[in-house]
Amino acid sequence: MRTVSEVTFVQVAATLGLVAVAVLVSLWQRMRLERDIGVAVARSFVQLTAVGFVIALVFEGDSLLLVVALIAVMAVFGAYTARARAPLVPHAFVPLLIALGLAGTSTLVLLVVLGVFSPEPRYLVPLGGMVIGNSMTAAAVALGRLGEEVTASRREIEATLALGATATQAARPIVRRSLRSGVIPLIDSTKTTGVIFFPGIMVGLLVAGAAPLDAVRLQLIILYMLLGSVSIASVTAVVLAQRNFFTSAHQLREPVAAQGEQA
Amino acid sequence: MLFELEGVSLSRGGAEILHEVSVSLPEGASCIAGDSGSGKSTLLRLLNRLADPDKGTIAYRGRPLGSMDVLGLRREVALVPQLPALLPGTVADNVAFGPSLVGREVDAGPLLELAGLRAVFADRESDRLSVGEQQRVMLARALALEPRVLLLDEPTSALDVRARDRIEETLLDLRARLGLSLVLVTHDLAQAERLADRVVRLEHGRVVATGAEHGDAARPAPAGTE
Repeated sequence: MRTVSEVTFVQVAATLGLVAVAVLVSLWQRMRLERDIGVAVARSFVQLTAVGFVIALVFEGDSLLLVVALIAVMAVFGAYTARARAPLVPHAFVPLLIALGLAGTSTLVLLVVLGVFSPEPRYLVPLGGMVIGNSMTAAAVALGRLGEEVTASRREIEATLALGATATQAARPIVRRSLRSGVIPLIDSTKTTGVIFFPGIMVGLLVAGAAPLDAVRLQLIILYMLLGSVSIASVTAVVLAQRNFFTSAHQLREPVAAQGEQA
Repeated sequence: MLFELEGVSLSRGGAEILHEVSVSLPEGASCIAGDSGSGKSTLLRLLNRLADPDKGTIAYRGRPLGSMDVLGLRREVALVPQLPALLPGTVADNVAFGPSLVGREVDAGPLLELAGLRAVFADRESDRLSVGEQQRVMLARALALEPRVLLLDEPTSALDVRARDRIEETLLDLRARLGLSLVLVTHDLAQAERLADRVVRLEHGRVVATGAEHGDAARPAPAGTE
């Protein structure tokens, strides 16, 4: 049976035939996405190849410090990317960074403590990447929703503050809805996994020649791990970021757009 | 003096909303009157610190607002916003919300009656009320805080003449029965004179006239009050 290590760049190049299909569809339907597809393909090639070399270095170094450094870099880039998806949330970077850092470290530590994986770079690096990636998506969705809800519900929030509610109490219904929107996509995909789609890890293992039930067990570990980390990331990001909408005197700040002008 | 404002200015997004407002509002009923965009609603929001001025000072019964516990201030000086903004749930849930924040339980029925609604409204869902009914629930919700002062932002602007007259009667009744002080914001000078002992007129964020008595609203502001 073929193993992953046998995949060559020639084979990778051959799959560009499928990218060409995407480009043709875009041209045919005048979607004007050809350029974006090209950028996406080029970036994925450069980024993944670079990461491949970095991971190889980390594996060779066999140092947990290097693992921590790599996960920290991923958290910074993740927070930076997610911030752009929540433009209505003031100063979203720091809450996102804390959320991703906390989700990454707490999940990995827990997996090691529970004896699921041993603390070696070859486990921690790919798992850390998955945790940060999924946490970033969930936190970005939750914060995006938070920004939209606060903007749309200013009247309700101020009416609640006027009754003597603290900022946290006034924001509670919105925080709840934002958290749900962050976590629900992963719950839904966990529900349908194996029926409607095959998750990536399992596909990778099967292609690499693993026994199907081994692949399933590992995939289950990953899914359950992600449910935990996505929840940690969403709750941390939303709870920290909602404070940025209020002053210390429990006043709703002016909308983000007006802040720049005031400053 | 209930409220004393000294040199209060506020800008938002580069536009000046209030300019050097200095005015005193005594106990009883005061009215801040002016056209839309005159800054009157913004001024009202400053009185229970939903916002703070960029410049100037505001004192409540002789104490600077900044020195008071802001949540306590908002319970004592309760604001009823211009447009109803009820929480999901029943009318009773809405009325009980404010007191529940400090661990106090209230009976919604008598509070609804004070606000001019029958007690049976307590079990209605808040999203199944007319605008006039919602406005009264907002009033009952504020009264549930047992405030000493009610701040009312255009309390009748969304209502027809009959409903407006009934709310005005309710406000006069509340003042007489509970001894509440009222600060009203309105664009309707006639309403200001019907309800208030003192009328302050704002234009473009400046005080242009103050009146100490009924029917005296148009007296120009003395020099130095702008």
